Amino acid sequence: MGKTIIDKLWKNHVVAEEKNKPDLLYIDLHLIHEVTSPQAFAGLREKNRKVRRPDLCFATMDHNIPTADRFNIKDETSRLQVQTLEKNCEEFGIRLEGLDSLQQGIVHVIGPELGLTLPGKTIVCGDSHTSTHGAFGALAFGIGTSEVEHVLATQTLWQNKPKQMNVKIEGELGFGVTAKDVILWFIANYGTNAGTGYIIEFSGSAVRGFTMEERMTLCNMSIEAGAKASVIAPDEKTFSYIQGKPYAPKESEFNARCEAWKKLVSDNDAVFDKVIEINASDIEPMVTWGTNPSMCLPISGQIPAAESSLSIEEKQSIESALTYMGFQGNERLKDVDVQHVFIGSCTNSRLSDLVEASAVVEGEKVHPGVRAIVVPGSQSVKREAESLGIHKIFLHAGFEWRDSGCSMCLGMNDDIVPEGERCASTSNRNFAGRQGKGARTHLVSPIMAAAAAINGRFTDVRSIMQTKNLEVDRYVGI
Amino acid sequence: MSGFKTHTGKAASLKRDHVDTDQIIPKQFLKKIDKAGYGEFLFYDWRYQSDGQENPDFELNQLNTKDSSILITGNNFGCGSSREHAPWALKDYGFQVIIAESFADIFFNNCVKNGILPIRLPKKEIQRLYSEESPDVISHLIVDLENQHVVNGSGEHFYFEFDPYWKKMLLNGWDEISVTLQYEDKIKRFETERIVN
Repeated sequence: MGKTIIDKLWKNHVVAEEKNKPDLLYIDLHLIHEVTSPQAFAGLREKNRKVRRPDLCFATMDHNIPTADRFNIKDETSRLQVQTLEKNCEEFGIRLEGLDSLQQGIVHVIGPELGLTLPGKTIVCGDSHTSTHGAFGALAFGIGTSEVEHVLATQTLWQNKPKQMNVKIEGELGFGVTAKDVILWFIANYGTNAGTGYIIEFSGSAVRGFTMEERMTLCNMSIEAGAKASVIAPDEKTFSYIQGKPYAPKESEFNARCEAWKKLVSDNDAVFDKVIEINASDIEPMVTWGTNPSMCLPISGQIPAAESSLSIEEKQSIESALTYMGFQGNERLKDVDVQHVFIGSCTNSRLSDLVEASAVVEGEKVHPGVRAIVVPGSQSVKREAESLGIHKIFLHAGFEWRDSGCSMCLGMNDDIVPEGERCASTSNRNFAGRQGKGARTHLVSPIMAAAAAINGRFTDVRSIMQTKNLEVDRYVGI
Repeated sequence: MSGFKTHTGKAASLKRDHVDTDQIIPKQFLKKIDKAGYGEFLFYDWRYQSDGQENPDFELNQLNTKDSSILITGNNFGCGSSREHAPWALKDYGFQVIIAESFADIFFNNCVKNGILPIRLPKKEIQRLYSEESPDVISHLIVDLENQHVVNGSGEHFYFEFDPYWKKMLLNGWDEISVTLQYEDKIKRFETERIVN
């Protein structure tokens, strides 16, 4: 029987395999940030342990930092957490891209853009969105702080091999439909625990057609479907993205590495525990209306009501989401006003996201009732966007143009949505309180966020694109 | 960490599905650099009103649930972020066992690493656990990890599955890193012999 890409990635990293035990897996890259690491370093210190392979660790700060005045962390506990990371990296000899670094950015944006993320690697980070790196054919998953400490001390993790699911996305995406809409559509149709206990391989012609940045968006949110990880087989797009990146294999060995990476595909006769087939042309621009990512509808949709025909649990869940989100039920999404627009986060803050959104924004003004911010995923993305003049389009329209960081995705820094206000957000979670206490989050793609910023309410971006005669809706440069 | 063998205690119910880690411990409490003292922030936005007073409607604020050490809940408990602050808060509050229809993966692992026993039981059995007493609290529940069962007040047994390796780790309260460090030779050999790709 053939092997899946997941079987191959797994097998290549097994250090020890014993009966009645999980496998001991070797970890090739450990990404570290300020929020989930301090207790792990403290644990090492307490037991007088070392970091086994500081050369395989890489740290940055992203969750807590300000994006408007980045060196001025007003909150004392945030400042202490950032300083603690600096101190820990220095003491244990770990590379850190700090606030003053030209390479600083959201950990899941800079890993790929620095060429640290490579096919065939096992990659972990104390952050659930580590699944992003699976876009390169890496086995990448989020871990807790105890596991961070374990990886620091041993460069390994004990893991039971999850089940495997193949999600095939075939066909062409419609005009104005993005990778973000694909993953939101998947979660809306299959649920937030569709992937629990599984690693997903995304395959099919639509996935092959995706740019690397679109693939990252897709894999990023597989955790919102509960999956342990997700992976996309590497191909020529992957290799050309990696080539020339600062930490990528050098010219002399690059071709040999590509040959090895080409083997990281599922064999034709490989068997998955579950297969889901999706027709890409069924997908429309999506907007979440509730308090988890499965509460999501096409822009043409109508928010549900707590109908009496539903089960008690379903009814309660809809009722509590409607109350939190300030809806009665039965509203049309297109009639919902927004007060905030956030373009950013590890899901949608890469150059192509900003370029696509700017095409919608160009020549328009942000609606007077909206505060809109663009937060590039890294300082490198920011510089590249500025070299293309993208920042001027946003600034001219009335957007704020910030420095990189997690920003409004999780409200751990100064960028917070006030209670009772609505945000069209390109981030990944619409949980109650996620963007601030009482904040109402609606997850959308960057171009849908741009459309909401202009009109002050949710809008089918396709109508704007048609008016503006935007034929190329996908930035194919990356 | 001391070992987990059996636990007898009072169980409170949180009859909700998809309780995410942002609800278990909101992000403003993730900025500390130690592991202690998160219990007072557990379920913060549900537990307290905006004036800081306890929310009288919240399940865990009921007089009869106050000293519970077992939490019984629904489907996909602990979904969302990888923050280990969630089990730190649950443990600091006093919970030692969480019984749910299902758990998110990272959260499940984080519980085990902190000596909290996460038990999966089918929905029907969770409902039966309650059939004897009030729907919100069970005054006396015995949880036995060695034999992998939960026993309610009327002596009914509910068997649960548990991974044998993590069972052993929990029963003995072993430090996982110390166990792994015994594999140093194998790790070294892997590093020298592996084919990099």
